[in-house]
Amino acid sequence: MLLFDDFKSWKKHCETTQEPLFQPVMTYEIQQKGRTETEIWDGMLRAYTVMREAVQTGLTEDMTSRSGMVNNGGKKVFNSPVTILSPEFKKLISRALAAKEVNSCMGRIVAAPTAGASGILPGVLVTLQELHDLPDRKILEGLLVSAGIALIVERNASLAGAVGGCQAETGSAAAMGSGAVVYCLGGNIDQVFSAVAITLQCMLGLVCDPVAGLVEVPCIVRNASAAAIAYSSAQIALAGVPTVIPVDECVMAMGEIGESMETRYKETAMGGLAATPTGQQIAKRVLIQDIEVLPDEMS
Amino acid sequence: MAERSSIFDMIGPVMIGPSSSHTAGVVRIARAAIHILGHIPESATITFYNSFARTYEGHGSDRAIIAGLLDFPTDDVRIKNSFDHAVQQGLQYTFKSVGNASTMHPNTIKLELKYQDQEVEVIGVSKGGGVINIAEINGFTANISANLYTIIITAEDVKGTIAFMADVISNDDCNIATMSVSRKGKNDIACHFIEMDSGIREITLAYLRSLRWVQNILYIPPVV
Repeated sequence: MLLFDDFKSWKKHCETTQEPLFQPVMTYEIQQKGRTETEIWDGMLRAYTVMREAVQTGLTEDMTSRSGMVNNGGKKVFNSPVTILSPEFKKLISRALAAKEVNSCMGRIVAAPTAGASGILPGVLVTLQELHDLPDRKILEGLLVSAGIALIVERNASLAGAVGGCQAETGSAAAMGSGAVVYCLGGNIDQVFSAVAITLQCMLGLVCDPVAGLVEVPCIVRNASAAAIAYSSAQIALAGVPTVIPVDECVMAMGEIGESMETRYKETAMGGLAATPTGQQIAKRVLIQDIEVLPDEMS
Repeated sequence: MAERSSIFDMIGPVMIGPSSSHTAGVVRIARAAIHILGHIPESATITFYNSFARTYEGHGSDRAIIAGLLDFPTDDVRIKNSFDHAVQQGLQYTFKSVGNASTMHPNTIKLELKYQDQEVEVIGVSKGGGVINIAEINGFTANISANLYTIIITAEDVKGTIAFMADVISNDDCNIATMSVSRKGKNDIACHFIEMDSGIREITLAYLRSLRWVQNILYIPPVV
């Protein structure tokens, strides 16, 4: 039977076969796409390497976007003299910001699952590896688990802001990150899936309302908050706190909310923050005004 | 039923930001177009339509299209500075914006490319997630994705040619995924767009080229 239609069958498969959670993800890719195991490990290592580089680039090079809305936020947080929670938390936030700023400033990133959410897994995984001194191989297994999570979300809800709002992008990425954290720290299947469920519960309903249509405001700060929610959910799930609403039903809820969301909240830059007076003013400044309007003759 | 996604669509693609439809897809449209021209162009006129018309600068789609015309792949860090590379390589370009092409997809680009005495006009659509559709080539309806191995055959509109070509291709162990034909008029020039799951041998292409009724054949491997 083909897996990754839902979490329930993924769990059942792993309980029956005693395979670790990442194994059926590997098998899926081999069977569906004809890739070899070596190609898959290499591909995951390449993705993780690019994620690490994005964090590094964002924290060391100039991150100013053409619109001026992005201006080295990650570095500012990293070097901020005040630590509110812990140095580790500050690092997490600054790394998620930094990697996402690289995306906004035309640097190289991994769309995971999308470019708009490309700071979340780098922030979460780089910080996890450092804190717990994990080998690369464990992180790559976590990445495979997060890919399995995304496959199910894509099938039953959406990963695209234009279809499901911001919850579909940063919400899915946070759920992927949270599941990977619990997996890497030795949580059982229920705990991994609880982390996914709890993360989704925290991210439901978030709309996609980018100022001037650019992937900058509020996308960048939402990458940081999504990384924080991934960690808080992982902490809750690892302690064995039940999710109450099963993970598959949380995904369905996200799909239902996405479907009923109005178009102006789906990446169209017509609602929410994009529609505020300041948002519109910025749009007027950064968007091209000198455009030709043709008589209706285009074929 | 839609094809299942790859795990590398979930963790990937590795690309240059900020957006798969505004950078990665745009680079791919330009790279497909230079395969059709057969060379990096000397001059290019680029028209951004509809949604692209206003946003192309903010999203860096202008840099992305120039990078693609210089044959940079979608994950190339040089994309950000492609204008400088264009100067070095002698590529001259002009950008235009058209806001109200109501019959076109929101994210449409027209490329008019020149190299020596060759010219092509390609219309491409960036559909999101880096997926593209090359909608038109030199006025012929194309609808190719540039994801597979594509051959474009310009030939006289004679009966039996489609069956004959399909047979030749199958003898090279190639499976045809999609095929479309567009012609100027009855018994005039027809353009065949054939997408295959695997690559075709040079000798097979040479044989097809040698056929009396074939005018021109272009071969485009998958564009990344």
